[in-house]
Parts: sequence; C-alpha cells; structure tokens
Amino acid sequence: MSEDIEKPRLIVASSPHIVAPTTCREIMLWVVGALAPAAIWSMVAMGVPAIVTYAACIGSAVITEAAWNAIAKKPQSLSDCSAVVTGLLLAMCMPPMTPWWMSAIAGFIAIALGKMIFGGLGWNLFNPALVGRAFVVMSWAGVLSKLPNKGWFATLDVAGTKGLDAISGATRLAIASADRAAAGGYGYDLVAQYRPLLFKNLEGSLGEVSAALVILGGIVLIVKGIIDWRIPAGYIGAMGLLSWAFGSDPVFHVLAGGVLLGAFFMATDYVSSPMTKNGRLVYGIGCGVFNAVGRFFGPMPETTTFAILFMNGLAPLIDKAFVPRTFGWVKRDEE
Amino acid sequence: MKEFWSVFKHGISIENPLTVLMIGLCATLAVSTQVEGSLAMSVAVIFVLVMSNVLISAFRKFIPVEVRIPIFIVIIASFVTIVDLFLKAFSPDIYAVLGIWIPLIVVNCIILGRAEAFAYHNTVLLSIADGLGMGLGYTLVIVGMAFIREFFGTGQVKVMGATVLSMPSGYQGPNILLLFPGAFIVFGFIIALMRWLNDRSAARKEA
Repeated sequence: MSEDIEKPRLIVASSPHIVAPTTCREIMLWVVGALAPAAIWSMVAMGVPAIVTYAACIGSAVITEAAWNAIAKKPQSLSDCSAVVTGLLLAMCMPPMTPWWMSAIAGFIAIALGKMIFGGLGWNLFNPALVGRAFVVMSWAGVLSKLPNKGWFATLDVAGTKGLDAISGATRLAIASADRAAAGGYGYDLVAQYRPLLFKNLEGSLGEVSAALVILGGIVLIVKGIIDWRIPAGYIGAMGLLSWAFGSDPVFHVLAGGVLLGAFFMATDYVSSPMTKNGRLVYGIGCGVFNAVGRFFGPMPETTTFAILFMNGLAPLIDKAFVPRTFGWVKRDEE
Repeated sequence: MKEFWSVFKHGISIENPLTVLMIGLCATLAVSTQVEGSLAMSVAVIFVLVMSNVLISAFRKFIPVEVRIPIFIVIIASFVTIVDLFLKAFSPDIYAVLGIWIPLIVVNCIILGRAEAFAYHNTVLLSIADGLGMGLGYTLVIVGMAFIREFFGTGQVKVMGATVLSMPSGYQGPNILLLFPGAFIVFGFIIALMRWLNDRSAARKEA
C-alpha cells in the first residue's frame, strides 16, 4: 500500500527519533548467546533426547516461518533470528523426553498461531514460545505427565529404582506440592534442593537443568541493556514474597520450575510486555503473583506459562494505566 | 421470488449470523464439540427462527413499538419450549448432550436479532427466507466447526452411535480442540475462510 503514496519530502514520525544502530538480529543473537550456556549444559546433562527436542523445536519453528512467508508471498524474515529464539525458548520449556512429533507441533503452533497469524514479529499479542507450549500442554497433558524423567532416582533414594536408566516420576515441584497437601507429612527438605536446582536438576524441562546458568544469562542481558531489570525483579520478588507468605521456602520456589526462565527470557519479550517503566514493574509483579497463586492453589504444579500469557494479555491495558507524564507538563488538578 | 432468494443467500454468505454478524456465539462455541449435537442444535435453531420470524412478521402491524421486545421474547420462548419438550420426549440422548443450550435459545441473539432487525419490518414470505437463510448459515458454520473439532480432536466422527469417519488407530488428537481455546481457534479460521470467500465473490461480481 505504501508504494502508492508519493515519496514524502518531510518525514513525520512518532518518537523515538534517535535511532540506535542495534538491529533486531543483533538483539536476538544476544538472547541466543545468553541462553547458550544453559542450553548446552542441558544437552550435556540430558544427552540425546534433549538434542532431539532442541532440533525438533528450532527446526520446525524455522521451517514454519520460512514456509509461511513463502506461501503468503511476504519478504523472508528468517534473518532476524527471532524464529530461532522462539524455537530455543520453546525447547527449554519442554521436558527432554517429549516425543519429537510433539516438539515439532509445538514449534509449528508457536510460529504459526503465536506469531505469523498476527502479521509476524512485532504484531503478536502473546509470547509465541509460550503459545506453543500452552497448546501442547493442553492437548496432550496425559502424555506429558507420564514421560519418563532421567534423574529422579539420583536425588531421592527410592527402593527398587537403582540401576534403572529412567523412571517416570514427579518433579521436585510436584513432590513439594504433594508434601504441602499432606501438611509437611513427607518431610520433604526444600533447602537440600538448592544445590541440585542450581547446578544439575534432571527433572522437568530443559530450561530447568541449571538455575545458575539461567540467572547468569539473564544478568548478561540486563547488563547489556537488552532486557529491563524491572520485569524479572518484579516477577522474582513477587514470587519469593508470596511463597514466603504462603508459608513455604521462597528460595526453593524461585529456583524450581520455570520461574527464572520465565522471568528473564519469556516475560521480557519486547512485543508482548508493556513499554512503560512502571508498567513493566507492575507486569512483572503480576506474573509473579499469578504464578505463585497458581502454583500454591491451582491444579497444576507449575503455572509459569499461563501466568505470563495472562499478563501478556493485560500488557496493553497496563501501558494505558501508566502513560508517562509528558516532559514539561504538570499533573492536572483533579477537582 | 428474486428477492426471496437474495434474502435467503444473504443469511448464508454476507450476513452469516456467526461469521459476519458474530451473534449467538456462546452456544456455538460450547455445542460444536460434536457433529451430532450440532446438527440437532441447528435444527432447533432453524425451527425457532423460522417460526418466530413468521409470527412476528405476521403481527408486525399490531405489535406496539414500545413493548415489542417483551412480545418477541414471549413468542420466541413459546417455540423454544415446544422444541425443548419435543426433544425431551422423543430423543432424550440428544437432549442430554445439548442440555441447557436448548432453553437458552430463548436468549440467543440470532433469533431476537432477526426478529428486531428483519421480521418486524418485512413481509411474512421474506421473513421465512431470512429465517431459513440465517438458519442454514448457522448450520453450515456450527457443523463445520464440530466436524473439525470432533474429527481432529477425538480422531473419529460419530453420528447416531455409528462411526462415520475415523483416523488410523494410534492417532492422538490434540485435546485442546475440544476445549474452549480450540473452539476459538477453529472459529477464527472459519471466519477467515468465510471472509475470503465473500471477498472473492464480491470481487468477481465487480469484474
């Protein structure tokens, strides 16, 4: 459509007028770089199934984007690398033993329904990776909950599991949740879980293998100015405070599950998070509140996905509520 | 007669109650998990819509403007009650599937909307055309949605206890199609399809 309009002599555009040389591709590559240590470590720790999951998610995300652009006759947008980031993030919130076809469907849904259908990068309402994950979680919950996981027997000595390669079992969060339901009846020691959660946790999703590496990646992005500290700070702060208020161990609840990956890499997605500074803080806190409430009172052990998707939906409203005061203007007197 | 056909066709295409006017959606999203239930629902809607359109257009000169809505509701509710009792008596299975959605046809926007927007201002014959067209448009969309959701969600389509169509064994359909998010996703694609078809036929007419 813009071709029809004569090339304007005076360019009128909304702010920002000062353009930094940073490109979308550069930012996306930084995100990939920040995720790389955690991703590589999870491949080393989990082995072949993890590599299959990464390959299926990233591969199907990239292929879907390329195919969509080709069919819709749009300029190819693969070079901004956002499809790679989506696929990578998606893989990191999937369990390693996920069947490959399920990972591939998740990648397809993430790009097709999460991003391209809205018009591509920048137009999506929700975080594409989380859309893909939510689709799969809601579609095949039965299959996912029965996946074998590799490391369970190594941490709790359950009789009869020695020498097995993999058994099906609950993650630490699920055990903690069952323990809470039994009012501490199982005597599950949360503090003893810090070390495995930080460095080598073989249950749950690929992004949960090492909380320390995820935090490291997040800090790199904050220092580089790629993500705003307000979102992860609000998220993790609210999560910790509420866990403490609900009578549990705050550090355990921040380290376990998807909170760290969600706070640093998912909730901070530029497109689906608010633009205003105070809005971002509120948005982060909202994610943390819904995550904690869902985790403690909901039917699922972990609700990071839905907490962030829900706040994604609220992001435009949050922005409306926190319109910054224009420079030089004074607040209107409310009479 | 020409006008009859044009009104009839409008209900199916460019004024389709579900994909263009987007009214009466809750029942549609809830019921369209099964082809069988959707067919029964469509029949009920067509019956109520045509009958109430006929009655309202026949009495349009006598119904005072000030109290027209209560009168419409009374007329619609009588026909809904007929359908409700009929289904309860003659096919309890379908009644069990549709449940609350049958009595809720009383407050379905499609029926009240057509009474207010069409039947109150048009002749009996045209109101019949409108009722049939709108009803068929409704049927087309809801059965289409139900087919996609049932076939891909459960892997088979069952009508009257017989399996009409089924996926190869071992097929694990995405459960989300049977839940509300799936309804919205499928519905979105159907709207897009109908828009595309309407645009294409409009473009063809112009050319």
